[in-house]
Amino acid sequence: MSILMKRRSVLLGSGALMLGACSKVHDSKAGESLFGAVDDWHKGLQRSLTARNALAPEFALEDISPFFRGNGSTDPQNDGYPQQVAEGFANWRFTVGGLVERPLSLTLDQIMRLPQRTQITRHDCVEGWSAIGQWTGPQLSTFLDLAKVKDAANYIVFRCADDYTQGRYYESIDMVDAFHPQTIIAHRLNGEPLPVRNGAPLRARVERQLGYKHAKYLTGVEAVASLDDIGLGKGGYWEDHGGYQWYAGM
Amino acid sequence: MRHLVSTRLWHWINLIAIVILFMSGLNISNAHPYLYWGNWGFAPEQAWLAVPRFPGWMTIPDFYSLAKARDWHLLMALPFAFGLLFVWIAMLWNGHFRRDLATRKREWRWRALKADVVQHLRFDFGHEGGKYNFLQKLAYAGVFGVLLPGMILTGLAISPGMEATLWWLVDVLGGRQSARSIHFLFAWAIFGFFVLHVALVLLTGPIGHLRAMTLGGDHEPTNPPFARPRHENGDSA
Repeated sequence: MSILMKRRSVLLGSGALMLGACSKVHDSKAGESLFGAVDDWHKGLQRSLTARNALAPEFALEDISPFFRGNGSTDPQNDGYPQQVAEGFANWRFTVGGLVERPLSLTLDQIMRLPQRTQITRHDCVEGWSAIGQWTGPQLSTFLDLAKVKDAANYIVFRCADDYTQGRYYESIDMVDAFHPQTIIAHRLNGEPLPVRNGAPLRARVERQLGYKHAKYLTGVEAVASLDDIGLGKGGYWEDHGGYQWYAGM
Repeated sequence: MRHLVSTRLWHWINLIAIVILFMSGLNISNAHPYLYWGNWGFAPEQAWLAVPRFPGWMTIPDFYSLAKARDWHLLMALPFAFGLLFVWIAMLWNGHFRRDLATRKREWRWRALKADVVQHLRFDFGHEGGKYNFLQKLAYAGVFGVLLPGMILTGLAISPGMEATLWWLVDVLGGRQSARSIHFLFAWAIFGFFVLHVALVLLTGPIGHLRAMTLGGDHEPTNPPFARPRHENGDSA
């Protein structure tokens, strides 16, 4: 009994020591750059094992979940968004700017006249849950080709309409994902116009990454060379304010 | 009982990796403590298991942070996965697997198995020459062959970035949420092995075991004081 007790206190003691050490390591400068590097290693490993345009699995109509859960912002109230909802998004504009030769500002009607892609895919939230839905919209590459994106562009930043608790939501992906065939600007979910909780009127689908990369309430995309000057510089709202990994393929 | 340097090195790296993976994994579980079968699931009414919330002393970090827990989990996934690959190659290469871990035909006989179980229930851990007895071999087969590689495969299967390549693996596992459930169950099975493993080490001469697993050298496990070895009291199994 005494041996067991002693063992237990040793275990608890070393456990507490390790927990303390973990917090210290994590919050140090070296820790931060280590975890940044780990994100890059996973991205490098995944990319080296996956063909550039390999598709995420697509499902059949009968696989669609009975409901598509909304998460994060589900009913934005800032900067006239409720009025846009009331108007049926008749005055919504989607801009393509930054490092492009021909900046664009498109209405929803114009977007719906572009070639469309429909895909039934599974959405995986970083928290752990999944839902399957059918998405329709033009490929992001269609917009980037129309705007003639410049060679200097390394990232595409998604600009959003919703204010989250610490400011405007935004996200970014690199050109591999930007030109991936399943990366679309969706305006329909399961054949209906996108519901407000899922990002009406436009949201990104980045099918090989976790849900927080799929920015909702899109007002435009911006081609940039570097993410340093966007937000706090880590490439996304959650990356800046929540510490999530920029590459979210795992 | 001698441990090769490859075994000793891997053992301690793997211990650190597994402890941090398990504790950060419990923190990740707290983010959405429901498990599902199939490909999708997002609400309690679809869950086959509502997982209890794990308190701070069980998790890394010791407060709820999905982002920081994921940082630790993804960091330690790499030494865990590449370490297992390394030790499997080493075990096959240096004969450790064939010599000590592979079972023999005669060990699969019912009488031999029964005798082994009875011997264990008496806390009699004499090995009679061989490094490991049959039950130990089965336990190691379950850990090296099923649980540890299973953690890596189910971890890859719940990574959306790998699914474009490993879609067949997700199918074999029964869908992404099934893979996530198996990941959770295997983690606790490894925890169960860990408890048993540490308990047996404590009962059979912990200092000698630690020295053998760290510095190498010989160590013959000793029976605990309350063991009733067959050859001492003479009664047959």
